[in-house]
Amino acid sequence: MQTSGWLQLGLFVLALAAITKPVGLYLMRVLDANGRTWLDPVLRPLERLTYCLMGVDSSKEHDWKQYTLAMLAFSLVGCLFTYAILRLQHLLPLNPQGFGPLSPDLAFNTAASFTTNTNWQSYVGETTMSYLSQMVGLAFHNFVSAATGIAIAAALVRGLARHSVRTIGNFWVDLVRVTYYLLLPVCLVFALVLVSQGMIQNFKPYTKARLTESFNIQVAKTDDKGQPVTTNVAVTVQAPKLDENGQPMMVSGAAVMVDVPKLDEKGQPVMTNMPVMVDRKVDEQTIVQGPMASQVAIKMLGTNGGGYANANAAHPFENPTPLSNFLQMLSIFAIGSGLTYYLGRMTKNQAHGWSVWTAMMVLFLGGTLLCWWAEAKGNPVHQQLGVAVADGNMEGKEVRFGIFNSALFAAVTTDASCGAVNSMHDSFTALGGFVPLFNIQLGEIIVGGVGAGLYGMLVFVVLAVFIAGLMVGRTPEYLGKKIQSYEVKMAMLALLVLAVSILGFSAWASVSKCGLAGLNNAGPHGLSEMLYAYSSANGNNGSAFAGLNANTPWYNTTIGLAMLIGRFLMIVPILAMAGSLAQKKIAPPSAGTFPVAGGTFVVLLLGTVLLVGALNFLPALTLGPIVEHFLTLQGKLF
Amino acid sequence: MKELLSHFRSAVMSTLVLAAVCCGLYPLIVFGIAQAAFREQANGSLIVDKNGTVRGSTLLGQGFTADKYFHPRPSAAGNGYDAANSGGSNFGPTSQKLYDAIKDRIAACRKENGLKDTDAIPADAVTASGSGLDPHISVRNAELQVPRVARARSLSEKRILDMVARFTDKPDFNILGDPGVNVLELNLALDSNGAASVRRP
Repeated sequence: MQTSGWLQLGLFVLALAAITKPVGLYLMRVLDANGRTWLDPVLRPLERLTYCLMGVDSSKEHDWKQYTLAMLAFSLVGCLFTYAILRLQHLLPLNPQGFGPLSPDLAFNTAASFTTNTNWQSYVGETTMSYLSQMVGLAFHNFVSAATGIAIAAALVRGLARHSVRTIGNFWVDLVRVTYYLLLPVCLVFALVLVSQGMIQNFKPYTKARLTESFNIQVAKTDDKGQPVTTNVAVTVQAPKLDENGQPMMVSGAAVMVDVPKLDEKGQPVMTNMPVMVDRKVDEQTIVQGPMASQVAIKMLGTNGGGYANANAAHPFENPTPLSNFLQMLSIFAIGSGLTYYLGRMTKNQAHGWSVWTAMMVLFLGGTLLCWWAEAKGNPVHQQLGVAVADGNMEGKEVRFGIFNSALFAAVTTDASCGAVNSMHDSFTALGGFVPLFNIQLGEIIVGGVGAGLYGMLVFVVLAVFIAGLMVGRTPEYLGKKIQSYEVKMAMLALLVLAVSILGFSAWASVSKCGLAGLNNAGPHGLSEMLYAYSSANGNNGSAFAGLNANTPWYNTTIGLAMLIGRFLMIVPILAMAGSLAQKKIAPPSAGTFPVAGGTFVVLLLGTVLLVGALNFLPALTLGPIVEHFLTLQGKLF
Repeated sequence: MKELLSHFRSAVMSTLVLAAVCCGLYPLIVFGIAQAAFREQANGSLIVDKNGTVRGSTLLGQGFTADKYFHPRPSAAGNGYDAANSGGSNFGPTSQKLYDAIKDRIAACRKENGLKDTDAIPADAVTASGSGLDPHISVRNAELQVPRVARARSLSEKRILDMVARFTDKPDFNILGDPGVNVLELNLALDSNGAASVRRP
């Protein structure tokens, strides 16, 4: 843990703190249907035209049921829109590499993934998606799923701030205004900054570069019809080697094994067809191209995280420099952090907003430091072989980012529901990999996904206030509103859906053939791969222990369902809670009111978050990363 | 029911309008400005030789095995440094395969560079990067290879060290990120007698 890392961490937190208020103030204007911004001269006419085409009366607000219905209708249409593009990709333009259509299960998984702001990727971007699929089919959801999340958070905050009314805003207005006034202008500038660092933005076919050193690879030989050529060879099996006396040869207590031809019941050798392999000379490097920067900007700002390339933000085009890396991390947190200020402003209790922010920062720093420490310490098993101890664990990490920026990025991307990665979490040390996994399982409330982080955290706030009420024997109040059984039921529903779905699907995967077939690592790390996959899907994160081969019909379907459950079964109870809160009267605070700002509140909130997270997931985590940590110390391999 | 239909109408229309703005207008504006202002970067920071042949990108690593070249990190992208198939090994900390691979790589690295069996090897020299396309190696990894490259090219170690220093990317603003030596640029410069590689405008 070097000084440069501490300096960079300080810089990051300072930068985040500095942008929180300005972003929050700007959100006040964007999320007010009549709010004014300096972009009005350009965007106001476009906004009006959009409402006109949509047939929306922007002055009419929704109650929570109408708001929910509009959100669900929009998500369904968007999901089908993307499904259609992916299935028809080969017939659509902007496909210079000539990629074919996606299979139904992969298209379902991908459409669900992007609709729910998850951006789980079962596919390899560079070899699957046409430019049109990337730019329209996927990037569309990067914008609107982010806008939807922010809209839901705003609806919940309105429910808290208003009293004695039924309405919580107009979904269509929130959607359009967030997209036009917030996401688009920021992305435009951000994308260009990223290009200046080396990110690509073009529509050229992939470039062929001539290698200095060519090399040979083994490929299956094909005939003139393109069919693989095969040869008939004997199948071999392992058998103990015998000495001249016909006795098995033993070396240090174990029988020596040799390959012998396998025989059928008639004593004839069993034959099989094997593909004939030939050498092929590789003297070119195919370099990916395409409209990357415009997509990456929104992928980060909207906490979507779906990479243009398979390696996501580890790919040098997708994250060329440490500066681009810093800005990408900052943009992941920017809106979520600003929303805490928005919460304070709207509820006229700025200290409450900052208290929520502080609780988030405590959890963020805790996770980051643990992950950084574990990765900097490295893998003792490899160090015994001769890997330099001071270098830490570099498997799956890029030199330009180093240990610190890889650990920080991993914490940021899983604190938020982003899921972009600049290093491979699967190859982290056991404790280093525990951090991103646990961050997701806490519900991504540490700043969190845009909007989703705030409404997720407010569920915990409601719970914390409820627990405080039980402790002192008073009806719990939150910002002057009585928290009653309806609110607590909705909060618990939102929390339980996550736990039941993550643990249920992981358990199913770990006992089913289809689930086990996808593993890249054996032992406890295999369980971590499955646990991470369903945590990531339910939490709408999208990052992975990427060794898991999840592009199978079984994984595509179950993960697709988990993403839909994690998004919509969470949002509906939250909107119901918003509707109920909006109708309540505000009671003036009394001496017995539990204050929702200050140290006591922060500690209680942290306690609630950690307690719920630990109760839900510690048993499963013990069998995964935690046992793996102790096995690593003993040098056990799988 | 009427309300539901009106919501669906709004949903379909907003999908079309927002798709046109966010997925048509927006990327095209970025494309236009990027191509005008940052042409080299927007097209992949490509390196071209004097015959006009594209030799690679300054941002993407390539495989090198000969003694006279600096060797990049091991790569898990396709068959190695496949720039259209990026990715890491995704082997976990208790993976036997990873253990075996690192063991072999350490042995190979010591043999190539004439190191003792007790010499520690820089981690980046024996581990695959996340992208499989990491253009950099650590400075220590490069320094360790200097004697070998100098011998193979019959040049002084001092001269090779100077070249390494020239192609070392420092942390941004001297604080962000870690320093790294750009292997492809360095090797191409060694081949062209010290001349920096040309980038396509």
